[in-house]
Amino acid sequence: MKRLVWLAILAGGGLFVLASQQPDFIDTITSSQRLKMAITDFRATGDAQNLMSVFNQTLWADVESAGLFSMASKSFYPAQAPQQPADFHSPPPPPTGRPKRGQPPPPTTGNGLWMRDWSGPPVETTYLTFGYGAAQNGVFLARGFLFDMRRGTPTEAQVIAKNYVGSVDEAGARKAAHEFACDIITQFGGTCIAGSHIYYSHQATELGSREIWVMDADGSNQRQFTHFNSPPPGSNFTAVSPDGSRIAFTSYAKGQPAIFVFSVDPVRDLRFYNQRASMTAGPSFTPDGKQIVYTSSAPEECCRIFIADLNGMGFRPISPSAALDVEPKVNPKTGNQIVFVSGRSGHPQLYTMNMDGAGVERITDGTGEAVNPAWHPNGKTLAFAWTRGYATGKFNVFLMDVVTRKYIQLTHDEGRNENPVWAPDGVHLAFMSTRGGTKQIYSMLADGTQPQRLTSQGYNSNPAWGK
Amino acid sequence: MFEKRSIPAISVAVLLALVAASCGPKKNLPIPPPLPPAAAQPDSAAAAAAKPAAPVIAQFTAEPTSILIGQSSTLRWQVTGDASGVALDQTIGTVQNTGSRRVFPSKSTTYTLTATGAGGTTTASATVNVSEAPAPPAPTTMTRPAGEASFEQRVAANLQDVYFDYDQSDIRGDGPEVLNQNAASLKAVLTDFPNAVIMVEGHCDERGSAEYNLALGDRRAGAAKDFLVKLGVPADRIHTISYGKERPQCTDSDDACWQKNRRVHFSPGQ
Repeated sequence: MKRLVWLAILAGGGLFVLASQQPDFIDTITSSQRLKMAITDFRATGDAQNLMSVFNQTLWADVESAGLFSMASKSFYPAQAPQQPADFHSPPPPPTGRPKRGQPPPPTTGNGLWMRDWSGPPVETTYLTFGYGAAQNGVFLARGFLFDMRRGTPTEAQVIAKNYVGSVDEAGARKAAHEFACDIITQFGGTCIAGSHIYYSHQATELGSREIWVMDADGSNQRQFTHFNSPPPGSNFTAVSPDGSRIAFTSYAKGQPAIFVFSVDPVRDLRFYNQRASMTAGPSFTPDGKQIVYTSSAPEECCRIFIADLNGMGFRPISPSAALDVEPKVNPKTGNQIVFVSGRSGHPQLYTMNMDGAGVERITDGTGEAVNPAWHPNGKTLAFAWTRGYATGKFNVFLMDVVTRKYIQLTHDEGRNENPVWAPDGVHLAFMSTRGGTKQIYSMLADGTQPQRLTSQGYNSNPAWGK
Repeated sequence: MFEKRSIPAISVAVLLALVAASCGPKKNLPIPPPLPPAAAQPDSAAAAAAKPAAPVIAQFTAEPTSILIGQSSTLRWQVTGDASGVALDQTIGTVQNTGSRRVFPSKSTTYTLTATGAGGTTTASATVNVSEAPAPPAPTTMTRPAGEASFEQRVAANLQDVYFDYDQSDIRGDGPEVLNQNAASLKAVLTDFPNAVIMVEGHCDERGSAEYNLALGDRRAGAAKDFLVKLGVPADRIHTISYGKERPQCTDSDDACWQKNRRVHFSPGQ
């Protein structure tokens, strides 16, 4: 299958997408060659031994999912792997003179301990990640090395040589692997998402009450965040503040759908004041983290976009009149533009407007239903869910450049695909898909590749990705 | 509380009187069993000297004497004198001379204790009155005549769902007839229950997005409310709420089910 898009990461972390059949999709076009990477399986003795599979899986997944590398196939790896720089040998000098009869021919491989065993065929990697683990004085320790194999000697090749520590359990092994992967990713200008959190809505049963849950970026460490135990529908539609310290969401916990704002650490209800209305919902934070935009049926008809302080006070409408306006998201780069969904001209479409409600423009073409807009950190690219080209209700994830309105489709009719949100690195998306039979959270790269299922228990939707 | 008497006949009579008194002033008390024979003969003293005395039931009570269905009462008894057997009705059977037993009667029951000895048989009875659990208080502060349907029952019986087209919140062609009937029913029921409010719930089918459907459901509920208010139903007695697509009537992915879910439903408010 022909790859339509490539990703390119610039030093600033911005995302640029190139569509080969739509060369003018985004003005600034940059393509990148993915760097070839090999990662050996780290080994250990003693207490660290049974933690190494978690460490190796985490390290590999983090580096692979960064979208920066082309991973060398493990089946081509030599029989042995270096564990530290000193393990590398130089090949013996070529024999001088005529080989004597009965003498074995000189070796052609170092079985993995010559640098050219990795840089040459069949592995042909540019970079090699290797090392080993140990449990020492009650601490899990991984010694991690990154080599640029194009350079001649181990001394010249060394890019990273560092110790990573954690507790002597799976969490500690995962932490050490995440930190090592972060060092590797940032070495190549990427932004590390290990340590970021994905909030989402979890239901134990299909029509059960939702609670807000949170997990790590790779789907590990899933845990319940709210404990309302209220009857269905419960709580949903989470947004994370720019600094990651607060979340806002919608809940039926007190009867009518209303907004709640919680601090994350410690978990505490910050008591958002809701206007008297049949519904107040769909909150998101302004880029400075000081205000919340949301939709409300106040004062009497559904629905206008409002803006208010973090405690709900000082609220004022932005939409001049009630018009089925929902899902407001303020441009994270400029702070002076809101994208939102409105049913004002028929089925829901994406619109933009200024912070004063003026300058309303529809940015999707009126076909299908376009919902769930999410700004890329660059303030130019939107991810959203659209039924364009499919039956009603068959959403797929799309990207659109807000200025040129060019778009590309990232998912292709594998069940419903909704709720796309950007990772802080601007390279990954999390979204909800029913492709596996039930609503679950997936992540993928912004070109639609490397989809990865993050949840599997119960029913999960509406991710919000924060620091 | 009982004093011992030397004359068994008197003690039996007193006992029976006390047992009857302890049962309270209930009008539906069963008729007490007949007194044992040969109790009040003038020459009984001589006869008693000649043959052994009948056993004496010194105590037979039920505590409490009135219970709700499902609760228990405790029977206590004490038989003195020469008793060869003591039985508590046929269903419970032989018991010790002195004892107690918890009983769980499902309807009002009179328990009979029979003490048998060489001198004769003595019986006593105790009644446990069982009443049905009381109904919960009416949902409103208003009292209403017994036998009438509750607010919840009338809402469920008289208010029909109103259906909508996809992604529409306008009252469509079949809506006014239903809403006219609902308005008439509502006016009556809200008059009978002056403190009650009605909740108008807006619902959507599963196809649209959850966020948008929340707003669409709110609009549907609002449209139904506006229609009812125009027909004279007081606005302050109607609350609206949107459940979006979160509380579907059915979960099939077909046209019939989607139509069932695109509705406004009426439920008792709070």
